Amino acid sequence: MSGRTLLEVTGLRVGFATEDGLLQAVDGVDFGLHAGEVLAIVGESGSGKSVTAQTVLGLTRSPGARIEGSVRLGGEELLGASDEVLRKVRGERVGMVFQDPMTSFNPVYRLGAQVAEAIRAHRPRTSKDEARERAVELFAAVGIPDPERRVGSYPHEFSGGMRQRAMIAMALALEPEVLIADEPTTALDVTVQAQILDLLAGLNRERGLATLLITHDFGVVAEVADRVAVMYAGRVVEEGDLEQIFYDPQHPYTWGLLGSTVRLDRERPRRLPQISGAPPKLVALPEGCAFRPRCPHAFGACIEMPDLRARLSEAPDHRDRCWLAPEAKRQRRRVEGRIGLEAPR
Amino acid sequence: MSPGGEHLLEVTDLVKHFPVRRGILIDREVDRVRAVDGISFAIEPGRTLGLVGESGSGKSTACRAVLQLPGPTSGSVRFEGAEIAGLSRRRMRPLRRRMQMIFQDPQASLNPRKRVGRIVGDPLRRLGAASGAEQRRLVEAMLERVGLDPGHRRRYPHELSGGQRQRVGIARALILEPQLVVADEPVSALDVSIQAQIVNLLDDLQDELGLTYLFVAHDIGVVRHVADRIAVMKEGRIVEQGDADQICERPADPYTKELIAAVPIPDPRQAHARRRS
Repeated sequence: MSGRTLLEVTGLRVGFATEDGLLQAVDGVDFGLHAGEVLAIVGESGSGKSVTAQTVLGLTRSPGARIEGSVRLGGEELLGASDEVLRKVRGERVGMVFQDPMTSFNPVYRLGAQVAEAIRAHRPRTSKDEARERAVELFAAVGIPDPERRVGSYPHEFSGGMRQRAMIAMALALEPEVLIADEPTTALDVTVQAQILDLLAGLNRERGLATLLITHDFGVVAEVADRVAVMYAGRVVEEGDLEQIFYDPQHPYTWGLLGSTVRLDRERPRRLPQISGAPPKLVALPEGCAFRPRCPHAFGACIEMPDLRARLSEAPDHRDRCWLAPEAKRQRRRVEGRIGLEAPR
Repeated sequence: MSPGGEHLLEVTDLVKHFPVRRGILIDREVDRVRAVDGISFAIEPGRTLGLVGESGSGKSTACRAVLQLPGPTSGSVRFEGAEIAGLSRRRMRPLRRRMQMIFQDPQASLNPRKRVGRIVGDPLRRLGAASGAEQRRLVEAMLERVGLDPGHRRRYPHELSGGQRQRVGIARALILEPQLVVADEPVSALDVSIQAQIVNLLDDLQDELGLTYLFVAHDIGVVRHVADRIAVMKEGRIVEQGDADQICERPADPYTKELIAAVPIPDPRQAHARRRS
């Protein structure tokens, strides 16, 4: 799983000018996406996970946005790139899948025609018939039954799950190296979600498609990801592989998220472990560690923001932003025998 | 169950069909959408029934039919032993305060132009039950009870976080001291860490106030956590119902099995083991 780095994000900062002042949505994010892996960015609303994904694709560019840092795709810098370069990158080198496929398709054109159009826009020498053939192949590849006929359907004629498959087909049309999927299953029923997750895992396995998966759901992460970056208030607070994040989590926020996730596979606790309070307002972030006001383990040092770095000598690729000593973390994250932030009242 | 029996709410053969009409001058009914197609369940006082289903299963329609918003096409809804299906609005009115609803999206269900104190106090005001000073005291006490600050009275919904707004929705539902609370996806629009807070709050309030819940959600994990019994809905019918743990641990119906198997396990070792099996 240690392929070459396809996508490298360093020191990414994204701020938006608002009436209430500068809203720092992303505040120094670093990560690398390697060939053939699924990297999940996990966080709650306002964590900056979607803004990070959109900025990678140049979709947050606007007069009111202040974007700093570096986003390199295969060594090429994208942050300062021209709109024309970005247009080529989107689709050809990076495919995109969003939460709601209904708003991603034009409702008045047939789905197959939209996929074919996307192909011909980037590859003008492709004939209409070739492009249509390719759309049929893609529909078949993402598991849409009767693809010959279904390329002639309109978006509203598809169920939510089938629309999301069509969206994935469109994202794959130009054989990108990287797929960015922003909450791809959040709007779907759980039985349909399972099918789409299987499809994404299969694409990763069979085509080696490197995937950046944005999600709030640790269940989804456990099913398909190889590595995880946990975001809070615009920063990555912990990064590691699946084993590290789920079985040896270092940041109290990760403990809290894991603890408050409902587990159907375990006996139900009398009370759900919870994180008290609410995420901070991004226009008025607390000094130091942004999680400090909600953290029962906060102490004097937390008034300063710790760097994202490895704190366990045995795991150099497991990085976090918490001042607590690893030994203290191991003792404190156990709540009623499980990982959690604090004992439920 | 006989009238005055042990159930607070007893629903029998509940049906809600919506006519599909076509026609230019004369509307003809050409088809019917059988949103709820003959469901029966009952809830004991102080207990929680979880109604689980995916989109289009009819669970939200069933809730509204139970509360006569509007009433069912046919079937019986008995509240404290008395039939309420088909009651006129006038005869429903005194019962309304005893059955209240909590909605999914507190953003959409709270009037953005009213302050929190007004939103929570409106049901009291409409009833004319208490003096102004008394109303204010009750509202402040209720805000504290749902974990808000009495000072939140003066805020507008948009000034609050999603979790705080849902607390306002709960305060509004409870201000008239209902016996039955119908909660339609009350946590599904909230972040995970906030979901746990609201679920725990609903648990506490049930213990303190002896509330009876009809808890409707698509997430069977959340439903198992809050419910004593679970009914699983699919295409307008209940395919299986029973003790919450039993349904989750030993589901009998194939659809329930599929629903449970589809829930992702937030534990990679187990998730991978399950995928291989």
